[in-house]
Amino acid sequence: MKEHATKAAAFIKDEARTDWHDESLWFVRSRRDKAAHGIPEWEQLRELASQIKDHTLSHLDEYLEAFEAKAIENGVTVHWAADAAAHNRIVHGILQEHNARRIVKSKSMLTEECGLNEYLEAQGIEVVDTDLGERIIQLKEEPPSHIVMPAIHLKKEEVGELFHQKLQTRKGATDPQYLTEAARQHLRQSFLEADAAITGVNFAIAETGGVVVCTNEGNADMGTHLAPLQIHCMGIEKILPKAEHLGVFTRLLARSATGQPSTIFTSHHHKAKDGGAMHIVIVDNGRTTQLGRPDFRNSLKCIRCGACMNTCPIYRRSGGHSYDSTVPGPIGSILTPGIDLKKYSGLPFASTLCGSCSDVCPVKIDIHEQLYKWRQIIAEEGLLPTAKKQSMVMAGKVLSRPGWYKAAGKSARWVTRWLPRPLIYTPLNTWGKARELPEAPKESFQEWYRKNRSAS
Amino acid sequence: MKIALFIPCYIDQFYPQVGIATLELLESLGCTVHFPEGQTCCGQPMANTGCERDAIPTYEHYVETFSSYDYVVTPSGSCAYHVRKHYDIIEQTPEVQHLRQRTLDLSEFLLDVLEVEQLNARFPAKVGLHQSCHGLRGLRLGPGSERNLDAPSALHTLLSMVDGVEIAELARADECCGFGGTFAINEPDISAKMGKDRIADHARAGVEVITAGDMSCLMHLEGILRRQGSPIQVKHIAEILNSKA
Ligand code: SF4
Repeated sequence: MKEHATKAAAFIKDEARTDWHDESLWFVRSRRDKAAHGIPEWEQLRELASQIKDHTLSHLDEYLEAFEAKAIENGVTVHWAADAAAHNRIVHGILQEHNARRIVKSKSMLTEECGLNEYLEAQGIEVVDTDLGERIIQLKEEPPSHIVMPAIHLKKEEVGELFHQKLQTRKGATDPQYLTEAARQHLRQSFLEADAAITGVNFAIAETGGVVVCTNEGNADMGTHLAPLQIHCMGIEKILPKAEHLGVFTRLLARSATGQPSTIFTSHHHKAKDGGAMHIVIVDNGRTTQLGRPDFRNSLKCIRCGACMNTCPIYRRSGGHSYDSTVPGPIGSILTPGIDLKKYSGLPFASTLCGSCSDVCPVKIDIHEQLYKWRQIIAEEGLLPTAKKQSMVMAGKVLSRPGWYKAAGKSARWVTRWLPRPLIYTPLNTWGKARELPEAPKESFQEWYRKNRSAS
Repeated sequence: MKIALFIPCYIDQFYPQVGIATLELLESLGCTVHFPEGQTCCGQPMANTGCERDAIPTYEHYVETFSSYDYVVTPSGSCAYHVRKHYDIIEQTPEVQHLRQRTLDLSEFLLDVLEVEQLNARFPAKVGLHQSCHGLRGLRLGPGSERNLDAPSALHTLLSMVDGVEIAELARADECCGFGGTFAINEPDISAKMGKDRIADHARAGVEVITAGDMSCLMHLEGILRRQGSPIQVKHIAEILNSKA
């Protein structure tokens, strides 16, 4: 329950680094603001996107079947995976069938969620992540800390050191251009040798049976163009009904993610290249369960732009790893309790409910409302720490009884007025760690009122 | 028009001057304001911790205390928001529905009901406006920096009616201060860091007084300011609007 707080406290110990992390993400948020404010119809676009997604989620079964039929018509092989294990098995099966041993993979939060890399590596299959940020954390053997910028927690000096060790770049080199070039040369080899390319999917169009992959580095295209076998892995919620809906989302996605008008590459894959093979794996892994929860179903509208992370004042100051889940930040905090309530019962509390996430979200997910609702469920399920629960029961009693309230208020003021500091500022008083308590006045407002306005 | 004043529990106990300023301000604008005895709290502390069931008796007590008034005015956007948004778990009697429409933050009451256009107030100082989140994004007292809307900010509008106030330009217009109710206790390190960062923004802008529509944010910021030994003061917006200095 307290895990996020503990990890956050550890992160924040290095205050200069915390400030750097906060500023880096705030910079992205500011770029997003500029881009969003540059489009007069921004709020209408968000509303439209939200409605399209709501509609699609309400007819998900029909659109998924239509998508499958169309994809098959295009000559694509479609697979359905109920959970992460099935997904990994299916991908492995396809690779075996094609005798593929060297794989390049572009960014996919889904395969991250399913633990595909570890699974395939255990089967002796080499997977190289080709998104620069993903490659960095793969070399560093760390999970991503952000869904759009997976290595945002690392400084260029750290990347320089890592590349020096793994890619034999010059010691002490920190020039991003030099380091990126080194990564390019190193990845080029992997692209040329790959037997198969795996990509994530940003959007899947029911009408055409095609999938759309958005990247800035062109790495997904490089992979799918060169390797004979291409596999696209997608969650069931990626569906859009028609190609004409796509523009609404591509306009929102890149602006929300990085402040760009569009991603550099928006690639549409409809069928295999000549002599190649194309597979699509459609994954549930808990999504239909979430769809069945009226209060939480619209979390499935998420297009994984990361804007809610960039704006979250807690995420910016605690780092993505403090959430201990594949998708961190505000959206992660409403998705993960649906997967494992006990394990993630602390995450809905890692928020002030400031609501910035909901307002920044391009598909208008009421994230902070869902955080509030998860809190209620966590308390109902008895997953609150006992002391916390008891103090809330007590507060509920005091605050519904004016007489008790008056007495409690008086003693609270008395305590802060008269007790010596060491008795107040104890290690148990987490408020007092970095803050003074308010100075207690002689009388409460109620007492003042009785003296000064009693006639009314 | 029967107007009740709702003074949230922590203002009652620790910041009576905010209650007094709110009352005096409303009276100076010609309102007759009642302060119903026996009022306590809106129930938010329990509900935000996940214990809204335990808050139900407090909700019911609030309804009982205030349902006979045309308006309930409170110097707290957060409490007004809580009543309006989260009193949906008790039976929606006509009284409850009425209170869920007519519990207003002070700034809403001044601008939307009284339609105040000028104030007889003077407060010569450089003021930093902290946009408390529940007022801003809950009650929509302003557009918020995230949304692309051309809407006025209620607190800016009111502050600009005060003679002598210079409103500071902040680098981050409406970032959360980190209070967040029990968040301040559960995640003390992040909470305090957020407060420190907000204060630094105000300090860089040369602010002498930080104001807000919610005293809870200011209690948190004041706690840090005093620990730092900073000369920056905090004042609830009601205190500034009621200033005659
Ligand atoms: S919840 Fe909204 S803001 Fe957050 S990643 Fe998803 S789409 Fe983006």
